[in-house]
Amino acid sequence: MNKRAVFKSWWLPILFAFPQLLLILFFFYWPATSVLTWAFSLEPAFGGVGERLFVGWDNFRDVFADTEYWQSVSLSLFFAFSATALSMFVAFVLAICVDRQLKGSGLFRFFYIWPYAIAAPAVGLAFRFIFAPESGLIAVVNTWSPDLWNPAKFGSHAMVLVIICFAWKWIGYNFIFMTAGLQSIPRSLIEASSMDGSGPVRRALDLQIPLLAPTLFFLLVLNLTESFVGPDTYGIVDLTTEGGPNKATNVMVYRIVSEAFRGLNYSGAAAQSLILIALIMVFTFIQFRYVERRVHYK
Amino acid sequence: MIERTPVLNAVTYFIMCLGLLVILGPFWMIFAASTQSLAQVNAVPFNFTPGADFLHNLQEAWHRANLGPALLNSLITSLLVMTGKIVLAALSAFAIVYFRSPLRHVFFWMVFLTLMLPLEVRVIPTYNIAADVFEPVRWLIQTLTGIELSLQWNLLNSYSGLVLPLIATATGTFLYRQFYMTLPDELAEAAKMDGARPLRFFIDILLPLSRTNMLALATIMFVYAWNQYLWPKLMTTEVDYQTAMVAMRTLVPSVNSLPEWNISMAGALIIMAPPLIVVAVLQRWFIRGLVSAEK
Repeated sequence: MNKRAVFKSWWLPILFAFPQLLLILFFFYWPATSVLTWAFSLEPAFGGVGERLFVGWDNFRDVFADTEYWQSVSLSLFFAFSATALSMFVAFVLAICVDRQLKGSGLFRFFYIWPYAIAAPAVGLAFRFIFAPESGLIAVVNTWSPDLWNPAKFGSHAMVLVIICFAWKWIGYNFIFMTAGLQSIPRSLIEASSMDGSGPVRRALDLQIPLLAPTLFFLLVLNLTESFVGPDTYGIVDLTTEGGPNKATNVMVYRIVSEAFRGLNYSGAAAQSLILIALIMVFTFIQFRYVERRVHYK
Repeated sequence: MIERTPVLNAVTYFIMCLGLLVILGPFWMIFAASTQSLAQVNAVPFNFTPGADFLHNLQEAWHRANLGPALLNSLITSLLVMTGKIVLAALSAFAIVYFRSPLRHVFFWMVFLTLMLPLEVRVIPTYNIAADVFEPVRWLIQTLTGIELSLQWNLLNSYSGLVLPLIATATGTFLYRQFYMTLPDELAEAAKMDGARPLRFFIDILLPLSRTNMLALATIMFVYAWNQYLWPKLMTTEVDYQTAMVAMRTLVPSVNSLPEWNISMAGALIIMAPPLIVVAVLQRWFIRGLVSAEK
């Protein structure tokens, strides 16, 4: 872990670390302490001057008493799990196929990575068109029977739309890691098992998936975290549905940002932010517990 | 390929082509839509052949979303964020790896914990501090000495505001730390034996050695910075400082206007081109950066 040969100086490391330290103190830790104090206090009424009023867990109680909050939590959960499952499944199937290293699979691999380059809002805009009820790819179903597909009107359709956006964008990322993981499985193992008479499907199930488990688990936690609290979710929702219709896609990240800015409810937003931070910490903790025991096949 | 299984190969190709359709289909639709006229783009079912209005749509989108300045702003901020992140990562990792100060663990953990404070959960306070950067300084001086200062620095609607809050980098620091750890100890020993001071060692040996690392980091950070949305959206109220990603918002057809998806898609095409080119052309570096950053 440690270098044997190090330099001796007390001020140089401080000087080197200083710029980054300054930036994280100003733009991360100072705002984070504000979130912390706001979550446990209230603004003086009518923008009055004076100290903020300490109210203990009251803000949290208000948040938890709000049925709309719980609705947004369940929407987030549904969104996160569906998007993760869809994205990882598609990426996995593609990665397994590419890993067979047939002629030309390099070309496929080249294109499969593209979605990750596209910004979430751009994905949102594009899919808003592709899945629009009056034009684009799917609109044709509405000519068979009106309102068969209308994400601007039906909450469930809107949810499907945001899930597809997120899953599509993250196929690229998941694919990169899965192919890297599959490549690090020694070829000799695959060859040995095929000598023992196992077919490609059997090998995928009994050999590649278990050996890929560390990568899959890492991606699972990462995808869940990103879809739950990531900027991509915000960007996609903002450009496709704006939380609607009728708050059917008002997931937690989007709700916090819009509530903080439009509703001006700083304390409530801060309390919700703290809950999200706690969730991220849990996710990261799981990731780390696990990374410690991570297996490498290189 | 291990065994001869023509049927299975055919199935594999079929799935891979299906995947290609899922991945490239949207790209093709964006492109096709951006070449069509208003009537063509709203045709149901969608017509996949390109039309003749490509240039016209590009011009219209360029003009409406004010893309000239917006793209320039995006380019400037992305390059600054990218460079800033690389410099900070190289410096901080050097401080962490090559010195044995007891504070380095504290510093390392402070950098690490920033991963758990994404912008979405601290928007308002971060916005506040960008509006008044010296607030903590004033607070500190006042609690320590009781003197009230009137230092002010407002970052809203400025390049520093677009760049500074995004430069701190845990990912980059880890990547560089990892890289320094893989270098043999003998390197530093030899340098010390030859009388090199830390700064010389850093500039003449570490930086040149880390060139591949730098390129990998540069590609992922450029894409990251270009695709930033929430922060530039919040802090630029003036059109002069709008980035392309924010300007794209103006291209969404609103409910009461013509569904000019051809213009929207033309704009989207322009705005998403730069990171796509980076990923497509520098794919090897991009993947390397991504994979090693997450380890």
